[in-house]
Amino acid sequence: MNTVSVQIIVNGTLYAKEVEPRMTLVDFLRDELGLTGTHVGCEHGVCGACSILLSDEPIRSCCIFAVQADGMAVTTVEGLALGRGQLSKIQDAFCEKHALQCGYCTPGMLIACHDLIKHTPHPSAEEVREAISSNICRCTGYQQIVDAVLYATDPKGTTHE
Amino acid sequence: MKAAAFDYVRADNLEHALGILDEAGSEAKLIAGGQSLVPMMAMRFARPSLLVDINRLEELKKISQDEQTVRVGACVRQRDIEFNYSLGQTVPLLKKALSWVGHSQTRNRGTIGGSLVYADPSAELPLASLVLGASMHLQSDAAGLCKVEAADFFLGPMFTAISETECLVAIDLPIWQGKRIGSAFTEVSMRKGDFAMASAACQLQTNDDGSLRRISFGVGGVNSVPTVFPQIAQRMINKPLTPEFAKEVAAEVAKECDPGSDTHVSSRFRRSLAGTLLARVMLEALEDSMLNGVSK
Amino acid sequence: MSNANFKYIGKHRRAVEHRRFVVGEGNFAADIHLRGMLHVAILASPYAHAKIKSIDVSAALAMPGVHTVITGADLFVDTDPILPGVDAPLVKRYPMAIDIARYAGEWVAAVVADTRALAEDAVELLDVEYEVLDHVIDPEDALSPNSPLIHQAHGSNIIFKRKFTWGEVDQHFSECDHEISYRVRWSRNSTVPIETFAVACNWNDSTQIMDVWASIQMPKFPDQLAKALRLDGNAVRVHFDVDVGGSYGLKRGLKHSIVVAYLARKLNRPVRFVEDRLENMRGGDMQGPDRIFDVSMGFNNDGIIQSMRMRALDDIGAYSGRSPLQLGKPVGAIIGPYRIKSVEYEAIAVMTNKTPQEAVRGFGQAPTNYAIETGVDKIARFLKLDRIELRNKNLIGKDEFPYLIPSGTSYDSGDYETVLKKALNEAPLIDLIAERDRLRQSGFLAGIGISTCLEPSGGNSSFEPLFNPKNLTTTWMDSCFIRIDLSGSITAIMGTSTSGQAHETLVSTVVGEILDRPPDDIRVLHADSLNAMPSNSPVGSRMAIMLGGAAAGAAKKLRSKLLTIAAYSLAASPETLDYHEGNFISKQDPTKKISWAELVEIAHRKFHELPPLLEPGLQEKFVWEVPTGGTLPTADGRVQMYPCHSFEAHVLLASIDPETGIVKIHKYICGHDCGVMISPDVVHGMTYGGIAHGLGAALLEKFSFSDEGQLLSGTFMDYLLPSSHEVPAITIVDHCTPSPLTEFGQKGSGEAGYLGSPAAIASAVNDALAERNISINTLPMTPDAIWTALHEYELEA
Repeated sequence: MNTVSVQIIVNGTLYAKEVEPRMTLVDFLRDELGLTGTHVGCEHGVCGACSILLSDEPIRSCCIFAVQADGMAVTTVEGLALGRGQLSKIQDAFCEKHALQCGYCTPGMLIACHDLIKHTPHPSAEEVREAISSNICRCTGYQQIVDAVLYATDPKGTTHE
Repeated sequence: MKAAAFDYVRADNLEHALGILDEAGSEAKLIAGGQSLVPMMAMRFARPSLLVDINRLEELKKISQDEQTVRVGACVRQRDIEFNYSLGQTVPLLKKALSWVGHSQTRNRGTIGGSLVYADPSAELPLASLVLGASMHLQSDAAGLCKVEAADFFLGPMFTAISETECLVAIDLPIWQGKRIGSAFTEVSMRKGDFAMASAACQLQTNDDGSLRRISFGVGGVNSVPTVFPQIAQRMINKPLTPEFAKEVAAEVAKECDPGSDTHVSSRFRRSLAGTLLARVMLEALEDSMLNGVSK
Repeated sequence: MSNANFKYIGKHRRAVEHRRFVVGEGNFAADIHLRGMLHVAILASPYAHAKIKSIDVSAALAMPGVHTVITGADLFVDTDPILPGVDAPLVKRYPMAIDIARYAGEWVAAVVADTRALAEDAVELLDVEYEVLDHVIDPEDALSPNSPLIHQAHGSNIIFKRKFTWGEVDQHFSECDHEISYRVRWSRNSTVPIETFAVACNWNDSTQIMDVWASIQMPKFPDQLAKALRLDGNAVRVHFDVDVGGSYGLKRGLKHSIVVAYLARKLNRPVRFVEDRLENMRGGDMQGPDRIFDVSMGFNNDGIIQSMRMRALDDIGAYSGRSPLQLGKPVGAIIGPYRIKSVEYEAIAVMTNKTPQEAVRGFGQAPTNYAIETGVDKIARFLKLDRIELRNKNLIGKDEFPYLIPSGTSYDSGDYETVLKKALNEAPLIDLIAERDRLRQSGFLAGIGISTCLEPSGGNSSFEPLFNPKNLTTTWMDSCFIRIDLSGSITAIMGTSTSGQAHETLVSTVVGEILDRPPDDIRVLHADSLNAMPSNSPVGSRMAIMLGGAAAGAAKKLRSKLLTIAAYSLAASPETLDYHEGNFISKQDPTKKISWAELVEIAHRKFHELPPLLEPGLQEKFVWEVPTGGTLPTADGRVQMYPCHSFEAHVLLASIDPETGIVKIHKYICGHDCGVMISPDVVHGMTYGGIAHGLGAALLEKFSFSDEGQLLSGTFMDYLLPSSHEVPAITIVDHCTPSPLTEFGQKGSGEAGYLGSPAAIASAVNDALAERNISINTLPMTPDAIWTALHEYELEA
């Protein structure tokens, strides 16, 4: 088994590992680093369950080999909270608005939503739907996810940071 | 679905990549964004022994232009084209096509070169490049740089003129000069972001009196390759593009198409769609041209 | 009982499960890492029907990193077959093909290696020689006596066939003014969770326990697994605290688990199998109902539907699990919400060389509702009556409950007309009509869709004896165990898995309500199958009723015990004491009181102050049978199917681009009545999700097979799941007719939305197409299907 060295910063921590070139980034995160928050749904780039931020941009981590991300920075769902017990605005809104059920697509959804509000601080419902359109959910029918993001970004809201 | 094992090398520069290709031939494959290639490898439809990563080669990521032409490096990301203001001015059809390409997450990694070389018959960028009369710059160790017109580049489903030892390095896109230029791209798919059941693209320019000065159009997903119709386009010059004329042309084009059937779409329906979308896109381009009264 | 009486029930509350999911700390089966764990990959048959002449495993075994390769032959020797849910003992099923592969995708061999990637490499080295046999794909062809047989020994491809006649069907038809007949086709689709099936097993020689962590939703899974492995029932420990990433009925995974458990024991190493998406779609055996309905309805000029004949032919694929029973459950709501007086129902389950079918959300009710509602719309069109008016004429009235339907089920309560009216008012209908007309003027086809459908809930085993007289199962129980520990904290334990239904939230809300303690302070755990109280798992929209009822029952026992201790301690009569937030206080003398902490002290530490004969500590279990359960069907097949009956009324506006066939939904309203909602956010969530499932079934999703029996929709590029662009914004309007059968008046609701939305969307599309005098009677109604129907008509016209 040939291996290559990779160094990837994940949620602010640098990891150096020896992996097969064929190991995808999602398998690297889950199996090498034990960060099982990112999930595998299809392994062919359609469902979005594996979404993470690579250099701050959302991508499908099943469609990239770990070695391609050598030297780059990744953020996973485990890195979205502001601190222990301090959920991000979006995470908190997901809980408030019941934007998840089984939790399997949720990490990818959170990544997509975090990216959305970074660029569009007060999105419309259409903009939310566009942002999450590459993340498939089979539980929620998307309605409460849209509600959660709108709730989190409501300019009139006073209960969020 | 884990890929078959392979060796990996990150190219230091283009010369390095080409040298490897020259030596390894069909055993090696270039990878840029990987949005088409990695899923194929996961399903073991593609099994290169060696993956040559060119995604970080700055020399393949340049965007430059002169008066006549925009040159886009093959490894320019789709999202970078999407958000590039200047390209939106010089080759707006490309940007319009991009809004239909996959999803933002795939555009964050996918490159223009990757989409063109992958050459799915329903893909948007091949169709747009064909309608724009693009030319592809291919480079190899043995033969150096050579230029292939888009019309000669797409040869069949997932099959282009590129050889095993060549790398697509840049794409030249002609800039249409003058005023009253309009463009439009549309497609129909089962879900937004899916491979198109059929697609159509058009760029045109009108005379002062509103008749057509220049027009280029094509359809995708309905033949084994995206297809343009220069002879039909030629016959349209100096005529006004009325809705009836657009439908007439579209019907003629549809007759020339030879789509296959698949799980979701019968060939009859595909052919009809091509005609419907082409007519629509021509009229959309016409409307767009009326908004663009100023020279570029 | 109205919502106003409750402190916690019916209120907005954040689900406790979400805390771990939003930070990526779910505990899914593929997250389980055991030291020394090995991995499985599968070789599947490429042929729809073929004899397996030989399997050469030598090259695979020789590959470094490979630990073993097994085939059907190994399992045949060491495991017992899985038998169907109907009486067909010669339709045997093993996790892998024995001598004959009966569908493309059937498992032929399994490789175990150090990594999944290596296992897949080794699978490619397996060399199998096949002799291709004739196959049959079409269910009607499979009925023919000339058809190739899927199971030679069984002698026929029909695994179940029975005609039921309830009431004077012939007479009612002969007395009717009119009769319509039609066929509808519900194509094969499924609820396709994003998480595939995953199972990890670890066998221990010393304890002789097989530990199992699986993404499971299945009644009697531990017992069936033990039986197949020839292990004692208490040798299998299924960990129900594994989070399941969506199931919606499907995740039975028995064959996956048998293989992995077998391997774990054989190798004496932990083994894990995570289906990849290709394995799941083709060979996971999780495809859904695949039905042809032939229906006749007899009705009068005034629109009253008198009688119905329905023949339901279901293609269950090459093997049977519980799938034929999905034709049985709809018997419990066979007339929908209408006063149809008599019914003839013929149910036929036929086998073909296709991927086996499994239980899907609603267990057959969604396709049946689609078949019934299609007829109601057709009758309206025939009589030129408004579809809403026609429904209102036929809907069972709110004063008619409990309502006994011809097939023997009594609907507990309902107010169908009001729910429909609420949905229409919410739209509001007048705006939908105006928008519809505006769309029509712009060149679109546009239509309004209506459906009024039953959601039977509560679960029951009754379709088992109904479809298999040798099966005398009438017990369908659930349970809860609650303990108050010596520091006064409350812990409740449930005995089955959860796949997104927020059971921990359900139980803590219920227990909090009864004990008047904050639900967020109540911890709910999932037991394992060895220390669990009995459960029949979350199927049939049963948990709000059964688990909620069990939690309430145990909590009530605890409260009663606390009262006994308090009365004894205060030397007062129980009826003179008020209870508030865990404390008792005398109504007459407020200085006489005892606190929660003091009660806990007495129970756990002060035996000398405990009333005589009481057990020390504070812990109670409650195990109970489904209300109205416990009876066997009559000879003519009448039985009380499920106890409680929720109801949904869908109203939507859709437009169709006649040139592209693309359907767009402009507005979607769902009126919903599931009695008292314990967790409204949870109920709404599942309703939204059910509607999305239904939209997929109606417009996008189909498992297509080639003539050679190859699955053409084996990836997510071909099997199309609706995204946030395809699913519209949805408004739910609630109504509450409490059930007289349950603790709080709650009914079940896990299948909500799915049971009515395919019918409603079909109703809208056909309303849009009606102006061209065409209708589509096959799901999914794809752009191609719509366009072809429109242009076929134009060619003919």
